[in-house]
Amino acid sequence: MTKIVEKQKLNETVTKMVVEAPLVAKKAEPGQFIIFRAKEDSERVPLTIADYDREKGTVTIIFQIVGEATMELNSLNVGDYIHDFVGPLGNPSELDGIKKVAVIGGGVGSAIAFPVAKKLCALGAEVHAIIGFRNKDLVILENEFEKVSDKLVIMTDDGSYGTKGLVTNALKELIEQGNSYDEVIAIGPLVMMKFVCNLTKEYGIKTTVSMNPIMIDGTGMCGGCRLTVGGETKFACVDGPDFDGHLIDFDEAMKRGSVYKNFEGKKREESCNLLKAGEGK
Amino acid sequence: MEYSRNMDAKKTPMPCQEPNVRNKNFGEVALGYTEEMAINEARRCLNCKNKPCKTKCPVGIDIPAFISAVAVGDFEAAYLELTKYTALPAVCGRVCPQEVQCESVCVRGIKGEAVGIGRLERFVADWYRKNGKKEVLKPISNGKKVAVIGSGPAGLTTAGDLAKKGYEVTVFEALHLAGGVLAYGIPEFRLPKDIVKAEIKTLEDLGVQICTNTVIGKTLTIDELMEMGYEAVFIGSGAGLPRFMGIKGESLNGVYSANEFLTRINLMKAYQPESKTPVHRGKKVAVVGGGNVAMDAARCAKRLGADEVYIVYRRSMNELPARVEEVEHAEEEGIIFKTLVNPTEIIGDENGYVKGLKAVKMELGEPDESGRRRPVVLEGSEFELEVDSVIMSIGTSPNPLIRSTTPGLETNKWGCLVVRDESGLTSREAVYAGGDAVSGAATVILAMGAGKNAAAAIDEYLKNK
Repeated sequence: MTKIVEKQKLNETVTKMVVEAPLVAKKAEPGQFIIFRAKEDSERVPLTIADYDREKGTVTIIFQIVGEATMELNSLNVGDYIHDFVGPLGNPSELDGIKKVAVIGGGVGSAIAFPVAKKLCALGAEVHAIIGFRNKDLVILENEFEKVSDKLVIMTDDGSYGTKGLVTNALKELIEQGNSYDEVIAIGPLVMMKFVCNLTKEYGIKTTVSMNPIMIDGTGMCGGCRLTVGGETKFACVDGPDFDGHLIDFDEAMKRGSVYKNFEGKKREESCNLLKAGEGK
Repeated sequence: MEYSRNMDAKKTPMPCQEPNVRNKNFGEVALGYTEEMAINEARRCLNCKNKPCKTKCPVGIDIPAFISAVAVGDFEAAYLELTKYTALPAVCGRVCPQEVQCESVCVRGIKGEAVGIGRLERFVADWYRKNGKKEVLKPISNGKKVAVIGSGPAGLTTAGDLAKKGYEVTVFEALHLAGGVLAYGIPEFRLPKDIVKAEIKTLEDLGVQICTNTVIGKTLTIDELMEMGYEAVFIGSGAGLPRFMGIKGESLNGVYSANEFLTRINLMKAYQPESKTPVHRGKKVAVVGGGNVAMDAARCAKRLGADEVYIVYRRSMNELPARVEEVEHAEEEGIIFKTLVNPTEIIGDENGYVKGLKAVKMELGEPDESGRRRPVVLEGSEFELEVDSVIMSIGTSPNPLIRSTTPGLETNKWGCLVVRDESGLTSREAVYAGGDAVSGAATVILAMGAGKNAAAAIDEYLKNK
């Protein structure tokens, strides 16, 4: 059982929680994830770690309410306990030696990109952060990114905040302006990561993406999280979650990601009005 | 007590759910003996002096001794006799391959059927769970801490044996529920989860601590466990990494490893309508492989409502590695055996879902290194099987998480931990291992045998330290 010590609504569908998990906090590194079950009969769901405080023994998770499991998690409050919380799983992001980097976050993926940017900043790299959202109401972690990046570009699809356009527009512009990055790190929806990779391939810039597919155990046991990377089958949980974005078969990953869409939809119909309200906006 | 021996050549039949009823539910298939049936079966035992059955039991149960107690209706004495040797009698009675172990050498088997040793073991354990004394005498602690990694059959056996000797044992489990393969792998209809829970509770009553949600190699390392004061470590982390065939189409939606399919069903209860974990319910399902896990997956698929379920196996019926009883039960339940068939490709539709399996027919050639005749492709025999789901059940390998985070731990080319001898001692002092993590995928009882030996070796080591 893992106690929730802080809860904050970042926007209509994104919540931040700080939990007491000293063993996880002691080991956690950017790029790693945890698996939670909100309640005794909940599904097991992976979430990438958004931040950690080794001294306080706390771990921060930021999640979007997309289905029943995250809805159940969101129903818990400060002082409540998350039934199961296990980690840190997966391999830490490899950040050593990077001198100049573009860190890209899309939507709630920004929450996963944040600890990466923070660590790179601490390692002394020049960090250009690009974070993209659908609209102004969905912007999260602006202040946090501000603190750890040398340049921050916020993009919105509708132009209601920051610059209108996609993260790829901003990245292209920065590259065209003469910024030469050792690496681009992109974390967000599969389709966003795919287009970032297509762009960086043109410029020959090494690009790392973080994959968060459907999995059960997170330790290599189920093989549900398998991806095709450079023609080989890899398990995101033990071989990743970070991979060379230029080698990933994104189209296959997108198909695999939608395998339980009908099931999710049905469950959502059954029990959630909150999300319908959120979608209506 | 005097009694006349039962000279019936056949075993007392096991009451079972009807095949066409049980293949639609997850309730236990075999219903278990009544007291009368158990006594009747026990009286078939000749109580041989040289006890051939005992020599074939991986944990060395004195089988005639416990059966003699059943024969006179003293079920409690039978239980106490059994539990001198096994911490999990209700499990072993259900899932051991008795036909290649104890029952294979039963003298009654020469002119008829062997004594139903497994059925009697199961009866005794079930009887005790319902009727036995509940209070357990917690052993006096000797103050020495031992860590056990993994709560499957190997780990639980080691933990139980050491706890009985007074060690303070903590079992670390990566998942949210203890039991290892007994919890996530073997289905409810073959091994009800309440029984697993009860057997684990018995260990907890002995003082064993179970620490779930802790991945050794990630949350904590073996070196950290040593720093925390554990004087010896037993690794029973199993062989949980699923293998795939490496054929085209294995990433399509509707292709599962048997591990994933069974974990969704057994651990996450996806067969229950109110479950929050989804599972793809195929209408035409191909299970690739011929072991117990393949039978479990096939029978689960049938119970989830599949019209047709195929076992696709590259050798013949004679080489199926599964327990005879599981194969029989599967056939009775309407599983279709496509033997001497090997898949070559999984075909998908435009949305990335499985729509068929391409395969070739095989014939048996010369024996290979395993002694089984090697399957050889029949040229020009390629055909297609229309299926919407494929479950790969072709074996598992040990998980790399522990070996990659423990310096000095020797492994072989298959990733199995190398142990010095029967004791299970690894290349690291005070670190022992056993079960599938050492042998590669095998059976529950062999893992228990290894756990038992390791517990004895750990005791010896710590006593002399």
